[in-house]
Amino acid sequence: MIPAAFDYVEAVSAEAAIAALGQHGDEAKLMAGGHSLLPLMKFRLATPSVVIDIGRLSDLSYINDGGDHVAIGALTRHAAVETSDLLKSQAPILAHVAGEVGDPAVRHRGTLGGSLAHGDPASDLPAAILALNATMVVKGPSGQREIAATDFFTGFLQTALAADEMLTEIRVPKVPDAGWSYQKFNRRAQDWAIVGVAAVSNGSTNVALVNMGQTPLRAAAVEAALGGGASAADAAAAAAEGLTPPEDLNADATYRAHLAKVLVGRALSEAGAG
Amino acid sequence: MTAVMGTPMKRKEDPKLLTGEGKFVDDIQVPGQLWMGMVRSTMAHANIKGIDTSAAAQMPGVHSVYTGSELADMDLWIAPLPCVWPVTPDMLNPPHYPVAAETAHHVGDIVAVVLADSRYEAADAAEQVVVDYEVLPVVASLADAVAGEKLAHQDLGTNQAYHWALEPAPEAVEAAFASAVHTVKGEFVQQRLIPAAMEPRGVLAVPSPHGGELTIYSSTQVPHILKVMFAATTGIPEQKIRVIAPAVGGGFGAKLNVNPDELLAVTLANRLGRAVRWTETRSEAAFSTHQGRGQHQTIEIAADAEGKIQAVRVHLNADMGAYMMLITPGVPVLGSFLYTGVYNVPAFGFTCDGYFTNLTPTDAYRGAGRPEASYAIERAMDMLAAEVGVGPEEIRRRNYLAGGEAFEDLETASTLVFDSGHYGPNLDAALEMAGYSDLLAQQQARRDAGDKKELGIGLCTYVEICGLAPSRALAGLNYGAGGWEAGTVRLLPTGKVEVVSGSTPHGQGHETSWSQIVADKLGIDPNDVTVLHSDTAISPLGLDTYGSRSLSVGGVAIAMACDKVIDKAKQIAAHQLEANLDDLTFEGGSFSVKGSPDKALAIQEIAFGAFTAHNLPDGMEPNLNEQVIFDPPNFAFPFGTHVAVVEVDTDTGGTTLLDYIAVDDCGNQVNPMIVEGQIHGGIVQGVAQALYEVAEYDADGNCKNPSFLDYLVPSPTELPNIKTGFTTTPSTSNPLGVKGAGEAGTIGSAAAVINAVCNALKPYGVNDIEMPATPMRVWQAINEGSQG
Ligand SMILES: Cc1cc2nc3c(=O)[nH]c(=O)nc-3n(C[C@H](O)[C@H](O)[C@H](O)COP(=O)(O)OP(=O)(O)OC[C@H]3O[C@@H](n4cnc5c(N)ncnc54)[C@H](O)[C@@H]3O)c2cc1C
Repeated sequence: MIPAAFDYVEAVSAEAAIAALGQHGDEAKLMAGGHSLLPLMKFRLATPSVVIDIGRLSDLSYINDGGDHVAIGALTRHAAVETSDLLKSQAPILAHVAGEVGDPAVRHRGTLGGSLAHGDPASDLPAAILALNATMVVKGPSGQREIAATDFFTGFLQTALAADEMLTEIRVPKVPDAGWSYQKFNRRAQDWAIVGVAAVSNGSTNVALVNMGQTPLRAAAVEAALGGGASAADAAAAAAEGLTPPEDLNADATYRAHLAKVLVGRALSEAGAG
Repeated sequence: MTAVMGTPMKRKEDPKLLTGEGKFVDDIQVPGQLWMGMVRSTMAHANIKGIDTSAAAQMPGVHSVYTGSELADMDLWIAPLPCVWPVTPDMLNPPHYPVAAETAHHVGDIVAVVLADSRYEAADAAEQVVVDYEVLPVVASLADAVAGEKLAHQDLGTNQAYHWALEPAPEAVEAAFASAVHTVKGEFVQQRLIPAAMEPRGVLAVPSPHGGELTIYSSTQVPHILKVMFAATTGIPEQKIRVIAPAVGGGFGAKLNVNPDELLAVTLANRLGRAVRWTETRSEAAFSTHQGRGQHQTIEIAADAEGKIQAVRVHLNADMGAYMMLITPGVPVLGSFLYTGVYNVPAFGFTCDGYFTNLTPTDAYRGAGRPEASYAIERAMDMLAAEVGVGPEEIRRRNYLAGGEAFEDLETASTLVFDSGHYGPNLDAALEMAGYSDLLAQQQARRDAGDKKELGIGLCTYVEICGLAPSRALAGLNYGAGGWEAGTVRLLPTGKVEVVSGSTPHGQGHETSWSQIVADKLGIDPNDVTVLHSDTAISPLGLDTYGSRSLSVGGVAIAMACDKVIDKAKQIAAHQLEANLDDLTFEGGSFSVKGSPDKALAIQEIAFGAFTAHNLPDGMEPNLNEQVIFDPPNFAFPFGTHVAVVEVDTDTGGTTLLDYIAVDDCGNQVNPMIVEGQIHGGIVQGVAQALYEVAEYDADGNCKNPSFLDYLVPSPTELPNIKTGFTTTPSTSNPLGVKGAGEAGTIGSAAAVINAVCNALKPYGVNDIEMPATPMRVWQAINEGSQG
C-alpha cells in the first residue's frame, strides 16, 4: 500500500513524454489515469524509478469523426467514451463497455489508452477494441505507426508497444448498424470480469473474450465455426477451444470454460449472429 | 415539548463527519513523531535464526530498528498480551508478546520494528530487514489442527487449546435421540472473515515532555479497557495513562482488542520519550487485525412425528488462530447459548473444542459466536422442515417458545432466562411484508415454465443475546470483566446539559440517542445536550461498546442518572416553592405545584440555583450532577424474522439478492432511524458472509486475498433496497425496555440468504452449500446434485 520511492516527471506533450521515455529507458513508466499502474506500485509489484505523468495532456483527450472511423485520443477517460453520442451511434458497443468498467470514480480517472496499453486479459475495453477491429496509432522517437488491434496484445500485460513508444490514438471503424453484445460476468458490479464476451456482428461476427487466456483475445474457434455455418449454439460450444483459461479464487479453468460457453451463447444471440 | 424518544432524529454526529471535520487517529499530527514500520513474518511457522537489520538501519530517516529478541531484552513488558476470557481453568494459552523473539506463529506476526521519521521511510527500511527463518510445519487450517499431525505451537504438544461443554442434561439428550422419529444433521463451515472497517486501525502514543505520562490515541472501540490493559502489561502506572479514541471509523469487533502494535507504540514512546505512531495499511490489516468466525459446526436435531423438537446436540471445532487475543476463546462460548434458537428445546447439549492454527488470530466480529449459532440452528430447521415435509415457516411455528405467544422471563434449555419474546406475530408480520405466498407462487410458476433462473425464498427467525450482564453472570463464564456501564448527567449553570458516556461510540450515534434520552427525561431540547465520551480523562468510568450493549446498559445508565437529577431537582423545587414534594409534578421540563400552576420552576432555573447553592435544602450538596453505574439483572434477547429472496442463474451459478425483508424486535426504540441503519448494515455484513467474503489460505498459511481486489466486500450495487419492519416487545432487563440492535442484522441474515439459495436449488438435489455461495460453488453444486 506504500509505493517505493520514485521521481515524478510531468510531460507537457506527447513528444516530451516520448523523449523522457527514451532518456530513462526501462526504469520509467508512463502514467495516464494511474488506475492500473498505481495499484501495482502500491503493492510494490511495479517499482519504476521514474513516473512520467501524461494524465494532463488534454490535447490527447478527444473523440472525433474521422470519416470511416471514430478517432479517440489515448487520454480519453472511460466516462467520456461511455457518454459520447458519436460513439453511441457509430460504435455503440464501445460506449457500453466503457460504462461497464469499474465504478464511476474509476471511469473518471482511467483512460482508454491506459487500459489498452496495460494489456490486461481481464480488462473490458481491449475485448471491445478487438471485436471492433480497431487500429492503434502509436508514436515513438522515429515517428508514428499503426498497429491492428489483433496484433497489439502480445503476452501477459505485454503489448506491441516498444519501450519508448506511446499510444496516442485509437481508430474505431464505424459500425452503426452492427448487432452487438457485451456479456460481463462478475460477482460485484465494480469488479473485473470473471469471464467477458464482446461480439460484433456486421455481416461476419467478431467475438472477443475477457479473462480466458494470457492476453485479451479473439475466440478463434467460435468465429471459425460461425464462418463455417455453424449455429450460434454450436459455435458457442467451441468458446473455450484451444484456450488455457487462468485460474483464481473466483474460477478454476473448468468453470471459466463453462462460463465462456454460456456467455458466448448469450452474446451471439443478443448480437443476432449465427 | 414534543416527545423525542422514539423519533427518527437526524444524527448529530453526521455534519462533522460529512464535512471532514472528524479527526481520526491518522489526522492527528505531533511534532517529533516516529513512525513504526513493521517487519512481519512471511512464514506461517518458523524459528527465527537471525535478523540482519544493518541495511535497514542505514536507510534515510531511520531512527532505530529493533528485533524481537532485542525488545525482549529491553524489559518493556511485565506480562504478555492479555486474554481475559480463559474459558476453562486448564485452557492452553501460550505467551504472546508484541514481537516474536524466537518463533513466528503466523504470517504477519511481527518479528522486528523500524522507527523512522516518516511512514514511507519506515516502509522502505522495513523492506530492507533480512530475516533468516527455519521453516516449521504449518497448521494452515482448522482441519489441519484437528488432524494434529502438525503442531501450531511445538512446545504445547497439542493443537487443542480447550474443551468446553454446556451439557445440562446429557441423559435427556441421549434419550431424545434414541426415541426420535425424525433426526437431521447439518455440518457447516463458518469461514474466516476479514473485518473491513472503513478506517483501518491505528495508534499514536504521545509521552509528556517531562516523561512519565502518556496520551494514547487509538482507533479503538475500547479506550477504557485499553487503559487498564496497557497498565497491566507494561507496568506504567494506570493513573499516568490517558487513552483517547477520536473519531473512529467503524470497528465491528475488530477494534475490541489489545494489539501488539498498540503495545509497541506505547512502550517505545514511553522508553524513547518520543511520540510513536502506526496506521495499518489495508492489506496489512489481513494479518495485523484479528479475523472473525472460523468454526466447523455439527448440529443435530431430534424431533417427534410432527417435527416438534425433542433435543438439539451441537459440536464445534473453533479456530483460535495462532494466539489467544482478548476474548478469542470466549467467542464460540458466547454463541453456545443460542443453538436452541427461538425454539422450545426440551434437551440441549453443546461441546466446543478450541484449536490453535498458524493463522491470524480470530476474535469478536459482529455478532461474535451468535451469527454462527443462529446460522446452524436456522439451517438445521430448514433441513428438519424438509425431513418432516412441511414448510420452513410451519416448522418454526410448531416449535416456537411459548407456542409463539408473548412471554416474559422464560428459562430455556440452554440455561438462560430469556427476558421477553413474542415470536408468532413477528413471523406473521415478516411473511406478510414479504408477500410470502405470492413468492411461493412465483417460484412455482418459474419452475413450471422451465425458467433457468430459479427463485429462492429463505427464512430465518433468530434470537440473540446482548447487553452482557449482570457482572456476576459473567463471572460464571470466567469472563475477566464486568457488564456494567456508567453514565453521568450534569446540568450546567446556564441550564444546558453535559452527558458523560462510559460506552464509547465508533459509528453508532451515541451522541444523538443519548441526547434524545436526556431530552425526553428532562423535558428539554436535545440540542441543549452535549455528550462527552471516548476519552478516559473525560469519561473515567466505562466498559465501552461491543456486544450490542451500549443502549441496553449505557443508555439506561444515562436515563437512570436523569431520574436521579430529577429527584434532586424536585427536592430543590419543593424547598424553593415551599411546597410538599408530593404536590409537585414534573412536566415539560418544569416543576409545578398541583393546583397552583403559577408556582413553577424550570429545570434550568433549578440548575442555576443548584450551582449558586444560595438556597438549597439543609445538607444538600450543590449542583445537579449525577452518575449511575448500571449493572443489569439479565441479558436482553432481541429477535426477529428475516426473509431473503434470491434468484439463482443455474447456467452461470450466479446468485442475485432480489429482495430482503427484516422484521426485528429490539424492544422500545430511542431513534428508529439509527436502529434501521444498524439493521441495514448488519444485514449487509451477513449477506457478505453468505455470498461474498472469505479469507482464503494456501497450504503454507499465506492469505491469498488480503486486498480489496480479491476480498469481496459487497457494495450497494449488489444489494436490494432492504425493507425493514418492527414489532415491539419491551425488555424486562432494564427500565427503558430496550434491547440491542447492533448485531441483529448480521445474526439473522446469513442463514436467511443461504436458506434462500438452498430453497432455489431444491429441484437440483442441492441440500446445502458452503459459504460464501460463490457462483462457482453454486454451479458445482448444481452439477453434483443433478449427477447424484
Ligand atoms: C477499483 C478499480 C476497478 C477497476 N475495474 C475495472 C474493470 O472492471 N474493468 C477494466 O477493464 N478495468 C478496470 N480497472 C482498470 C481501469 O480501467 C484502468 O483505468 C485502466 O486499466 C488503465 O488506465 P489508466 O489510464 O488508469 O492507466 P495507467 O494506470 O496510468 O497505466 C497503465 C499502464 O499503461 C501504460 N500507459 C498508459 N497510457 C499509455 C499510453 N498512452 N501509451 C503507452 N503506455 C501507456 C502505463 O505506463 C502503465 O503501464 C479498474 C481499476 C480500479 C482501480
